[in-house]
Formats: sequence, C-alpha cells, structure tokens
Amino acid sequence: MINHIDLSSVLRRTVCDLYSDLVTRPTGAAVRDGIERQLAELGDRTLTVIDFSHVGLLDYSCADEIVAKLLMRYTRADAVDATEQPPRDAYFLFRGVSESHLDAIETVLDRQALAIVAQATNGTVMLVGRVGDSERRAWEVMFRLGRAVPAELAREAGVDVPQATELLNELCRRRLAMRFEESYVAVGGTT
Amino acid sequence: MTEVLNLPPSLDDRTFESILEALASVPPDTKVLLNARHTRWASPYGLTALLTLAQSRSEPPVLYVPEAEETAHYWARTGFFTHAATLFELHGQVPRVHVSGESDVLLEITPVSRSEDVHEVVSRIQKKSQQILVKELALDAKATMGFAMTLSEACQNIVEHAGRGGWVAVQTYRWQKRLGRRVVVIAVCDAGVGFRQSLESAPGRHPGDRWDDGMALEEAVMRGVSRFRDSGRGQGLAGIRRYIGRWDGKLSVRSGTARIAIIPSWDDDVPLQKDLSPFPGTQMQITIPERLADR
Repeated sequence: MINHIDLSSVLRRTVCDLYSDLVTRPTGAAVRDGIERQLAELGDRTLTVIDFSHVGLLDYSCADEIVAKLLMRYTRADAVDATEQPPRDAYFLFRGVSESHLDAIETVLDRQALAIVAQATNGTVMLVGRVGDSERRAWEVMFRLGRAVPAELAREAGVDVPQATELLNELCRRRLAMRFEESYVAVGGTT
Repeated sequence: MTEVLNLPPSLDDRTFESILEALASVPPDTKVLLNARHTRWASPYGLTALLTLAQSRSEPPVLYVPEAEETAHYWARTGFFTHAATLFELHGQVPRVHVSGESDVLLEITPVSRSEDVHEVVSRIQKKSQQILVKELALDAKATMGFAMTLSEACQNIVEHAGRGGWVAVQTYRWQKRLGRRVVVIAVCDAGVGFRQSLESAPGRHPGDRWDDGMALEEAVMRGVSRFRDSGRGQGLAGIRRYIGRWDGKLSVRSGTARIAIIPSWDDDVPLQKDLSPFPGTQMQITIPERLADR
C-alpha cells in the first residue's frame, strides 16, 4: 500500500498553521516527528510518498532534520544495537521537489552519504544524493524494467548474477529498491 | 563618569572598528555616550552592531541621534529607534516615521531570538526580495530562494549558538565608491557567546595552546565545525559560502577579537584579522552585488 504525507499539512499541524516554509532545525525535527507518528500507524512495511508540492522554502537545517535524519533511521540494517535498528521496513518517494528544494536536499544527503528517489515538479523521477555509478545504473535499469529478478538485471546491465544480487540488496538497504520474494522493484518505478 | 565616543560620519563594518578600539579601554560598567550627531550614513551592519553594543553594556548607553534630518529619518525607517529606545537613553530629535514601505529597506531591523523569529524573517523577505534581486540587481530568479535560505541560516546561528537574542537587517543600496554597483546587504549581529566559546562547549573538546577567536572562526566558517556532535550540523555556514560564491558575493564574520572574510575579486579586504578590539558575540555581513551583464 502506498501512503501519502503532505509536508505542508504536517508543518501546519505540528508547528504552526500559518507557516508554509520549512526552515529551522526545531521545525524540521517537529515535522520529522509528525512523519514518524504517521508511519507508526501504518504497517510494518510501507512505501510513503513525502510530498513537498505545497512547501515554499526548504533550508539546509530543515532538510537535514526531515530528509537526512528520517532516512538514516531506516538505512541501518546492519545496526548491532537494537535501539538503532530501523523501526519498520519503510521506503520513501519524495514528490513535488523543486529546484530550490533539491539544492538543500542534495547537500544534506551528500554530507551523510545518503540517497533518495525524488520526483520533480515536472514529474521526472530521479536519484538524488550520493550514489555510485554501478548502483545508479542498476537502479535505472530496474526503473525501466519494473519488477525483475537478479538474472534480468544482470542481463540488462551487463554484470554477472551475484553482482546484480549484491547491487539489488544494497539498493534495498539504502531504501532505493524494494524486494518482493525473489524479485525487486525500484522505488519510484511503481507509483 | 561618562565616556564620550564620537561615531564616524559613515558607520559601517570598517568604521565600527574605531568605536570598538575606543571602547576597549573602557570598563563594561562605565557609562558611555555615543555621539551620532554628525553621522550621515549607516549600513545595516552599523545599525545592528550599534544595538548589539548597547546590549553588551551593563549601563544603558546614551545615544545622541543624528542631526541631519535625512539620516535620522532613514534610521527611523529601518526601525532602529524602535529598538534603540529599549537599549539606549536617546537624546535629540527622533523622527516619527512608519518603518514599512521603503523600497531600499528589504527587511527593517528585526530581533531574532527564537525559531519563530526566523520563520517571520523568511516569510517577510520572500515577499519583498524577488523584485529587487531580479530587476534591480539583475540576479537570476533562482537567487531569490537561495537568498532567503542564506538569511535563514544566518539568523539560526543566533538561535542555535549565541545564547541571547540578536538583530538582523537587509538593505539594498548603490555602492558607488567601492563598487559602482547596487548591492544587497544582510547584517546579522548578536552579543552572545561568540564562536570560540560556542565551540569550546562541544563535549570532549580540549582546545590547544594556539586556540583563539581566529582559529574558532576558521573552524566554523571554513570547515563547518559545530559544537554539536551531530554530523549533520555545520551545513548552514557552508550553504552561505556556496551562495555567495555562486553570486560573486562577500561574507565577513567577526567574533571576539577576530574577523574572517571570504573575499570576491571586486573587494580588497583581508581574509583573516586577529587581535582586534574585543566585542562579544558574532557579527556577520553578507554582500551580494548587482550582476554585470557579461557574467
């Protein structure tokens, strides 16, 4: 099931109903908390569209709190400490991302070596943040293929099957692809 | 006893140093009289730093307002006297003028102490800045959002680090002598703890022998070091640096006894000054010039 969270609604509900800009760390932390509370009401496995369409300005501090810190919670699949384990198997598509939002988001993702799938205001779906060439190519092939197994990715991307499996598992850990039993889907490819 | 200090005819970030030099030998609890009667012009930095200076004194200073009607009216339109009335003993004719509606004052002097203040500042600047930045300074429309982001991050330094409230002001004017172009200037000043003390409060930090205000500025401004352990911190100043780089702007930050500057080709400032006269808190100035046609 795909869930939808309108950031401007979360902002108005959690911080102030007069605001339309996502600025300052306390605001970002409050909005992230609002997102987490909504996620907690959903299932253990979720794909959530985080919608920036009605957000005016996004500054670096807020982008760090909302995008980077949110993502960091769900990409620690290898965490030894139970308190650092992801609370659920959550995936995100960031929609309605404008050029000025991208500036802040790219910066904070790069700092934390993270990446997201974003849909620009013109509908284009893209990877944003720090992604290696082989990961990017794998995600792009998967986005084009739709649901696929490692052997299909291997054939299309010109890699061997173990490499394709490894790439897909890494994309899943980074929340850029989802696994369904033996097959995989690129986040953004099915919405 | 009252110490009398004459303010320079033109009050900006450079000439403000002469006031601090004169104040250096004056004990903090000594009453000071700041004589601005012959001051004819003040930058946003000059006015916000003046308010900051008053905040830093234990006795409210006396301020003789400018005699020139045009100057006093301008100071009034920036909102200076509204705030000065709570910090100074004002002497002289304070004009009664509305603070809004002036096209060159993009943001009148505004107190900043909480996150809510930053929201207010950002909301107000977006409404007024688009036309000025694009039409008068010939900047790309993309510059407007970045400008508001820069302002937001600069103000957040006060909220996150200063430990007490400060001031922000934004103004556009023609910088005839130094540049021959229009500029938009952001000034953000506070009388809080400053960068050195802020970084010293980081958990587990043990400053070395050479640690001083200059090193603290280099760490914070150039390397994005923050007092917080959170690896996402320190991105605000880095973002400001990128913005001024993109639009050929200038950034200067003064804190304690040092001042650091990122200098564009059109300016002849020095990158780092140490052993200046002490002044509490942090004073930041961001200058974005009108874009030349061939850029």
